[in-house]
Amino acid sequence: MAVARRGVHRTRWIKLQVFRYVTFALAGIFFLVPLLSMVEFSTRANSGGGRTLDFWKAIFTYPELIDWNFGPAPDASVNASLELALVTSVAMLVLLVPTMVWVRLKLRRLTRVLEFICLLPLTIPAIVLVVGLFPMYVWLGTNVSDSILTLGFAYVVLVLPYCYRALDAGLGAIDVKTLSEAARSLGASWFSVMWRVIVPNISNAILNALLLSVALVLGEYTVANNLLYNNLQVELVHLQRTSAGTSIAVAVASLLFAFVLLMILAFIGGRGRREFREEAVTKLGTGPVLGSAG
Amino acid sequence: MSERAGVEVRLENLVRRYGTVTALDGLSLTIAPGELVALLGPSGCGKTTALRLLAGLEQSDEGRVIVAGEDVTDLPANKRNIGMVFQAYSLFPHMVAWENVAFGLQMRHVGAAERKKRALDMLELVGLGSHANRYANQMSGGQQQRVALARALAIHPQVLLLDEPLSALDAKVRSRLRDEIRRVQLEVGITTLFVTHDQEEALAIADRVGVMQAGKLEQLGPPTTVYSRPATPFVADFVGLTNRLAGNVKNGVVEVRGTQIPLVQPDVADGPATALVRPEAVTLVGNGDSAGGPLVGTVIAVAFLGAVSRVTVDLGDTTVLAQLPTADAGNHPAGSKVRLALRPDPVLIDRHD
Repeated sequence: MAVARRGVHRTRWIKLQVFRYVTFALAGIFFLVPLLSMVEFSTRANSGGGRTLDFWKAIFTYPELIDWNFGPAPDASVNASLELALVTSVAMLVLLVPTMVWVRLKLRRLTRVLEFICLLPLTIPAIVLVVGLFPMYVWLGTNVSDSILTLGFAYVVLVLPYCYRALDAGLGAIDVKTLSEAARSLGASWFSVMWRVIVPNISNAILNALLLSVALVLGEYTVANNLLYNNLQVELVHLQRTSAGTSIAVAVASLLFAFVLLMILAFIGGRGRREFREEAVTKLGTGPVLGSAG
Repeated sequence: MSERAGVEVRLENLVRRYGTVTALDGLSLTIAPGELVALLGPSGCGKTTALRLLAGLEQSDEGRVIVAGEDVTDLPANKRNIGMVFQAYSLFPHMVAWENVAFGLQMRHVGAAERKKRALDMLELVGLGSHANRYANQMSGGQQQRVALARALAIHPQVLLLDEPLSALDAKVRSRLRDEIRRVQLEVGITTLFVTHDQEEALAIADRVGVMQAGKLEQLGPPTTVYSRPATPFVADFVGLTNRLAGNVKNGVVEVRGTQIPLVQPDVADGPATALVRPEAVTLVGNGDSAGGPLVGTVIAVAFLGAVSRVTVDLGDTTVLAQLPTADAGNHPAGSKVRLALRPDPVLIDRHD
């Protein structure tokens, strides 16, 4: 009987493994074929049918693309997109984390309202958002600054739904109220509660929110183009008209950059979890983990 | 530890409302230096609200909180120097035990070496010196609550607040930790307010027990007084079990089925009333023994509780609970006829029935 049951389990296991590998292979083909095609196109020589890295080299010499001097008023599109990603991420975290914690602690009845507000941008098409934002940006450009970094205001709104969901999951996994009250009773200011207690315990959620925010900003086109700013995606479209090869090379490079960024963030998050586990195991010493000593 | 003498705590006429609900309705309570007072009551009676007002985690609508002669009513929680152990496990998950204990000292800008030393000392005090490098998820519930106790005491608070710290633990661990808390409290000599809905816990641990209902203190006194001389029918009902037996009051004595029983509060009008009789004041003997008492009934259930057993006797028109040593209860199996007598311990009467 037991042998028969083991046989059934083994058959199921083999089927599951086959299903996994087939799915993985199909997904790989789905993602890799366009990428390889782009690489192939961006390395194709104009004449003679050989291979060249000219389009890739052009990325670094194209003045509208990269300026190695990063500053507060970026002209180059890569600089602009990177700085916007930074500004948007920081602004989003500073705005969203304390607000969400405060609502959980003191204004529970506003939870649904906050959720509705944060998810609202999902339902508004980007072009409608641009129409609404245009007068504000005209005023900003005239009276405050016409720097591309002012796009950060619009981008914070755009990333709200995704970051809200990521942070909400993190905050839902800890007892915010009890941890905050424990910290307060031990003499912590509200800043210390946030910085020393809440943030370390939702670090993975913050990393996820950062990742989503950076990815969205690096890939944003509609708002920047319609508000007449020149970010990476807008520049890519311009490039496409003048040098298709360079534009594809930049597209592949930006995808690789996003991929590396994703790996770095995942590595940071994973290392945090792994260190926690390893430290826990080494420090465990002898004796049962769950003693009956109470 | 002995350099820390407790301080007096006074709650004066505290009122706390949540919309139309009054959670605390003029609560006044004085806790002597070094005393452990337990607030006992059903869910929603206001005991946790009182504790949170004292901790500064909530603000009262009326009344004052005085700690060591100083009015702290308007001080935020982080300025009050009051340690607290919570019902829910509240250790910071990203810190090991000693870092948790040292957190309050860090907030007070104590040097790194000194705070680690004090944290380890506090862990030794609660018997967890060997668990200093464990995270919360590597400790049992009881161990976590002991670390939380060490953490609350490490800041040398003026007052210690315990908000049902044992309610999430199993019975055996709860009993051991309860004794541990009392030992540490006596050793440190800190004024303590302990909130619980478990009467056994409150009676076992406290110098005085306050029984609360609907935001008010029904009775405050030593555990023996609260149990044996309940001030109100609610206290009698809530603290321990009671038999509600119809009787007739005459000249400060209530007659219940032929037995004259003195009253806890004899100054009451004559007339019908319900006497509240403790199960341990009911004695049983076999039906054949006429000295056993005037009442005859049938045993319908015997509940084994360890050293004692609780016997339910059907008198025809009502049932009576009797509590007796398990060895004696064995003589009265379910279905047997028994004679029943009421010991004339002073009782309380209720006229709301």
